[in-house]
Amino acid sequence: MSETMTTNSTGATRRPVTDAPAGPDGGARTQPFLALTWLHLRYQFLETVRIPIAVLGNVLFPALSMFFFVVPQQGVAGNPLFATTAVAGLGLFAVCSASLFTYGLGVAEDRQLPFYPFLRSLPAGPGPQMVARVLNGGAFSLFGLLPLIIIGWLFTSATLTPGQLLAGIGTILAVSVPFVLLGMGIGYALSAKAALPVVQIILFPLAFAGGLFMPPQMFPGWLDAISQATPTRAGRDLLVQATTGAEAYTLALPVLAGWTILFAVLAVVAYRNDEGRRFR
Amino acid sequence: MSAVEVRGVTRRFGDVVALDDVSLEVGHGELVGLLGPNGAGKSTLLSLVSGQRRPDAGVVRLGGQDPRDPAARTVLGLTPQETGLPATLRVREVVDFVAGHYPVPVPTDELLDQFGLSELGRRQTGSLSGGQKRRLAVALSLVGRPSVVLLDEPTTGLDVSGRTALWDAIRRYHADGGTVLLTSHYLEEVQALAERVVVIDHGKVLADDSLETVLGRVGVRRVLLTDAAGVRQEHLVPDSDAFVRDLVTSGTEFRDLEIRGASLEEAFGQLVSHEATEGAAR
Repeated sequence: MSETMTTNSTGATRRPVTDAPAGPDGGARTQPFLALTWLHLRYQFLETVRIPIAVLGNVLFPALSMFFFVVPQQGVAGNPLFATTAVAGLGLFAVCSASLFTYGLGVAEDRQLPFYPFLRSLPAGPGPQMVARVLNGGAFSLFGLLPLIIIGWLFTSATLTPGQLLAGIGTILAVSVPFVLLGMGIGYALSAKAALPVVQIILFPLAFAGGLFMPPQMFPGWLDAISQATPTRAGRDLLVQATTGAEAYTLALPVLAGWTILFAVLAVVAYRNDEGRRFR
Repeated sequence: MSAVEVRGVTRRFGDVVALDDVSLEVGHGELVGLLGPNGAGKSTLLSLVSGQRRPDAGVVRLGGQDPRDPAARTVLGLTPQETGLPATLRVREVVDFVAGHYPVPVPTDELLDQFGLSELGRRQTGSLSGGQKRRLAVALSLVGRPSVVLLDEPTTGLDVSGRTALWDAIRRYHADGGTVLLTSHYLEEVQALAERVVVIDHGKVLADDSLETVLGRVGVRRVLLTDAAGVRQEHLVPDSDAFVRDLVTSGTEFRDLEIRGASLEEAFGQLVSHEATEGAAR
């Protein structure tokens, strides 16, 4: 007790720093970018993990779909091409879902927290926080993929060369970009309460129409035409091409690029509008 | 170079002018209380000083630098709103996270100890009581050993002992040379802590002076006396000398005459209503 009092009364531990470390121009500097990114990544990761149901849902749904819809069907599970395609489709679903939920719902929730303006006033630019957000989203996307890859490997005839696996993971991360942007657009435009149903309403029809649950070869002609215009179908076919060599339809890349530009514009507009609205 | 400098700052939100050509300078080591009703522009002013917003016109400087530059904010500490703590994170994790932004932070154990939070280090912030959250919030503002601290309603919702403990922490920080800019709904709080008071309403600085001068400027005195019937009377008068002179001249019987300066609340109410009637007359 007396020790604490002494420390406090001399103020040795709380003396304000007036000579902060000087940068080259004599001004103070923030902590290094990488250190701050790591700090924010750890913080965001902890926040995400502490709500286990969000993580579990992300990991379980694609894995369970695998067990219910792919593994029991010998015609699919026993055929290396079909099985690999099915894993790719559900894998893309896991990534779309993680992107839309972590960015859409995550951003919308963060904006509502009074902690958000506090974060913005800490000595760190927006860079580390955003990079950490992308990395955190990527980490949870890969979590969702892991059980899929393991189930596909153990219980189906899906096969991948190491080269195809790398190409597949690279493609899936690239294909996730428009969904990350769409998620951010939703997150900056809507409240968390509104963002949740909107994400669900967008995710499931897109996933179905894009052939992530059942192969688009089973679609009637009109549905296939619609399907080819969706970002999910374009992404799926590009992913299938990377992992099995089955060629994607010619418009797949332009369609995906078009949606990416559109969602990027949406995200930027939503972010700008949000600044005006939030700061009341 | 001042610790905080605000020069000719205007900030609008749509049609609403939150700050109208406001200037304010806070020197190193000052403890300034910012006073005004809700919506007066206090929080907007703090958000400009902490770099969260950009002024529409005018200049804001923190230690001589633009607070929108993150590097300028290495000398700044501020409190999150108590409701804003990330509920699923543990107390220690939140402290470590905020500390990680500063070059020479106070070691987490030491900080928790100073604020009586050592036992709560492993608790999630969502499970803390209101008083514990407030203590954590103020602790977070000091973890980076800042030279300037912004405290927005630091003790709102605390009981008397909790409030006194936090006041002591703020006084200690100030005694060590720290600069404090604090807003409060509790006039008592500003009165207890601040040496200088800035009164804001409708985005304008109505008064900016030492505590005594602000009280003196509005010239309100409280005159207490007991009349012939034994009833204790209280009068708020602009000129107590004239009042007493008249009282004596009138020959009215009285005893236990007492003259006191008005409380900040009374002074402040006088200032705001004075402005309002002036505005209405225009």
